[in-house]
Amino acid sequence: MTLDVARIRKDFPVLQREINGKPLVYLDSANTSQKPQAVIDAMTSFMETAYAPINRSAYQLATEATDLYEDARTKVARFINANKSNEIIFTKNATEALNLVIMSWGRANLHSGDVVLLTHLEHHANIVPWHMLVAERGIQLRWVPLTADGQLDIADLDTLLNGVKVFAFTAMSNVLGTITPVSQLCAAAHRAGALTIVDACQSVPHLSTDVRVWDADFIAFSSHKMCGPSGVGVLWGRESLLDELPPFLGGGNMISDVRLDGFTPAELPAKFEAGTPPITEVVGLGAAIDYLERIGMQNVRQHEMQMSAYVLNTFVQRFGDDITIHGPVNPEQRSATFSFSFRGIHPHDLSQVLDQHNVCIRAGHHCAKPLMRVLGTNATARASFYLYNTEADADALANALDSASDIF
Amino acid sequence: MPGLEDLYREIILDHYRTPRNRGELDPPAVSAEGYNPLCGDEIRVFIIVKDGVVSDVRFNGSGCSISQSSTSMMTTAIKGKSVDEVRKVVRRFKHMMTIEEDGDATPVDESLNLGDLEALQGVVKFPVRIKCATLGWNTLLDALNASSQT
Repeated sequence: MTLDVARIRKDFPVLQREINGKPLVYLDSANTSQKPQAVIDAMTSFMETAYAPINRSAYQLATEATDLYEDARTKVARFINANKSNEIIFTKNATEALNLVIMSWGRANLHSGDVVLLTHLEHHANIVPWHMLVAERGIQLRWVPLTADGQLDIADLDTLLNGVKVFAFTAMSNVLGTITPVSQLCAAAHRAGALTIVDACQSVPHLSTDVRVWDADFIAFSSHKMCGPSGVGVLWGRESLLDELPPFLGGGNMISDVRLDGFTPAELPAKFEAGTPPITEVVGLGAAIDYLERIGMQNVRQHEMQMSAYVLNTFVQRFGDDITIHGPVNPEQRSATFSFSFRGIHPHDLSQVLDQHNVCIRAGHHCAKPLMRVLGTNATARASFYLYNTEADADALANALDSASDIF
Repeated sequence: MPGLEDLYREIILDHYRTPRNRGELDPPAVSAEGYNPLCGDEIRVFIIVKDGVVSDVRFNGSGCSISQSSTSMMTTAIKGKSVDEVRKVVRRFKHMMTIEEDGDATPVDESLNLGDLEALQGVVKFPVRIKCATLGWNTLLDALNASSQT
């Protein structure tokens, strides 16, 4: 089945907006996605009718709010096929989810000289916390390199994994769109006795996710890239591992007892949800999952593969050697996120010209400076497509690119 | 929406295509590095200060047309000026970019003519690009401070 994109577009109020009489061409969903009316309504309705503190008050309103908050947890668990909903931890964003597991697990288990394996594809959120542990614990970082077309070069993976305590990697590059072989990587890591942490921030919004098929140990992702609101992220972990993990943030809600001489942490998932969480946003994330499930993640993926094929074809047909597309050229191996260099025009200048045509793209290092260095550049332009983007958006991008050449 | 002609003035594109004073200077020249964390632009400014005068200046690195041209124009505007005069030019330029820093001891000299640099006035209509236009200037300040400590 192909998506009825015209109908989907009507679900997103901001896509109806025109600026200077021209439609909005939103190609920055790898950065953050737009929100459907169903999510906006769910959050508004919650605040209008059922907003209250969760987990701590006995009145009916608070019970309703707690139920809606916990319903969202159940939806998230189902969406990624987790065994139990108490394996779902709500955080501020995916960055906080990664920091939670890296710092909490790392401080309890990593010692001087221990080796952590990362990849050249990683976002700063899966690099900087490790650098912090290098300074704090004296651990060592090892890196999986890339092939010429931006895929992980795993020819020597078993050697790289030798002696590694944890392998942390992205399931989908936010820069190159590369889809990594998560199940294969997890299996190899486990054979080597290493734990796996998967940065699933880009993949969960675009691909069906099954943590049991992946056989990962921890995954992190965010709501705002999958049609939900900003302000909430998710950490999933195996129950047995989360149980052993020390708490990360201390405060209210995360304890079962506090005394003058210490505290006893709460059971999962409260143990990792200190303080008042983003209650309304969690409810919004639940509505976003309902929305994506109604459409079907297989259909989303199908549409994005078609978009990838169309974009790649359009770029090559219209611009030939004037455009360099970084990353895999096979739509089956990539998402519809395209980093490119165009006619030597600096990405910042390119995005400025594109803005005159209401074409919204990202320009810069995409929070992946080590990858930029591997690519031999400081910055790329990045256009990222989602379920609401059309071939007309790709054409608008190509037309706007053409107009940039007139200036520079 | 302001038009691109406000941003990409011909003099700016000229400095972008043909940057002045691009290169490096060996010690005893001092240098400083500047980064724009938003877009990954990197710039290095080299200066020689002799008897209180910026006798030579060079820059290298990579960046967008605005950061590159602004730095190129900066080098032509400050070369041969005393450190005090250079600081006044920096202050005047940052003022044009609507940047006012607390505790800045140098007063703004409104009468100071910025010459070609006035072409960058249009950047103010594109607030995101102000950081591009000031990258080389902040790096110059770092280099001046490094120079005064040697």
